Amino acid sequence: MTPQTGRSAGPGVPRGDLPHRAGATGWFDTRHRHLGDWAFVVNRLSGLGLVAYLYLHLVILSQLARGPEAWGGFLAIATSPPVLLFDVLLLAGLLAHAFNGIRVTLLGLGLVASRQKALWVALMGMAVLIALAGASRILGVTS
Amino acid sequence: MATLLQTPRPGADADPAAPARTLRVRRHRRGDSAEGWDRYTAPVGPRTTVLDALTWVRAHLDASLNLRHSCLHASCGTCGMRVNGRDVLACVTRLEDLPPGEVSVEPLRNQPLVSDLVVDIESLYESLDGVRLPLVRTSEGAPGSTPAEGVGHLTRFEDCVECGLCVSACPIVASDPEYAGPAVLGAAWRLVAEPRDRDPEPAYALVDGEQGAWRCHLAFECNEVCPTDALPAEEIARLRGILLRHRVVRWLQRHARPEEVQP
Ligand code: SF4
Ligand code: FES
Repeated sequence: MTPQTGRSAGPGVPRGDLPHRAGATGWFDTRHRHLGDWAFVVNRLSGLGLVAYLYLHLVILSQLARGPEAWGGFLAIATSPPVLLFDVLLLAGLLAHAFNGIRVTLLGLGLVASRQKALWVALMGMAVLIALAGASRILGVTS
Repeated sequence: MATLLQTPRPGADADPAAPARTLRVRRHRRGDSAEGWDRYTAPVGPRTTVLDALTWVRAHLDASLNLRHSCLHASCGTCGMRVNGRDVLACVTRLEDLPPGEVSVEPLRNQPLVSDLVVDIESLYESLDGVRLPLVRTSEGAPGSTPAEGVGHLTRFEDCVECGLCVSACPIVASDPEYAGPAVLGAAWRLVAEPRDRDPEPAYALVDGEQGAWRCHLAFECNEVCPTDALPAEEIARLRGILLRHRVVRWLQRHARPEEVQP
């Protein structure tokens, strides 16, 4: 079977010699971009944050091996206001990533492709509500 | 175009009060790694497009400015560039629709730069040829169109005009040159959805891999910039659904009749 197309820029047309790519920094360049790209950026940033936290979490757990005193000292720090604020941020990142995951899964199955913006708004709305409820618990606004 | 061709040369008998716009144009001389910007002021009429203004600049101010176009009506896909940071077809982007002030004009991204506003579109053509998508659809005319009196049925061309705007907008192509990219994956979806006597199996092989449909991270920017109804991001999502079903079917076939897959 012969290709029907035979596209060509024409004989003798010079080929490009400069790669001209934005590179990975382009992932976070949201100028002139749209809602789908924000979903992409939030997913990348929250993902990177969660990976960083995983290592922090392992360091914290290693305090357990250092005996009850070290752990007690850690607990005192863990309940201080700046760390509680960090917990709220962590919860928000976790929820954003998890709810983005639902978007990725649905679209990955070929579903709701034409409604992806509405889907993201709805999912982020849910994530924000849960994050607010969680924040009020963590910061002791409600008990 | 007519307005522009009648526009007098500046400095000769140009009317200084006539409306004009300044374009800030990215320049790259072939073989030179340095890039820079040049500013040109071109006269504008009510429907002057970015491409009109650039061809005027070429004719009247700077013949060394390289750009490419052909059809002037959004069909050939050769005039893609980034205007004010957006990937557009310059022949249908009117200056009056852009916010006041300087207009920045840059070549498309993620495709090798030949010179000034010209990128190497051949790479995209080559990848598209890999899909072997016929350019004519068997489905009737575009939605809503009716054949004229005495015409039995309509055939129509593929939606994609192979302009590469989607490739320029994609954040994944930006960091990974190996990724097949939105135009190619969209073409593969159309072949799989409407095989037109072609065997879609090679297209499956082409796109069902790490650098194929599964590499897309759903930023949907290709959809936003696509000047036609091709809408590659949606097609990639649908393609994934089809690939998944295809894999399940193949797995079931293998396991239902294991003797047939023995070498
Ligand atoms: S899919 Fe759309 S943006 Fe991409 S090359 Fe085709 S027409 Fe251009
Ligand atoms: S000149 Fe053909 S698409 Fe613009």
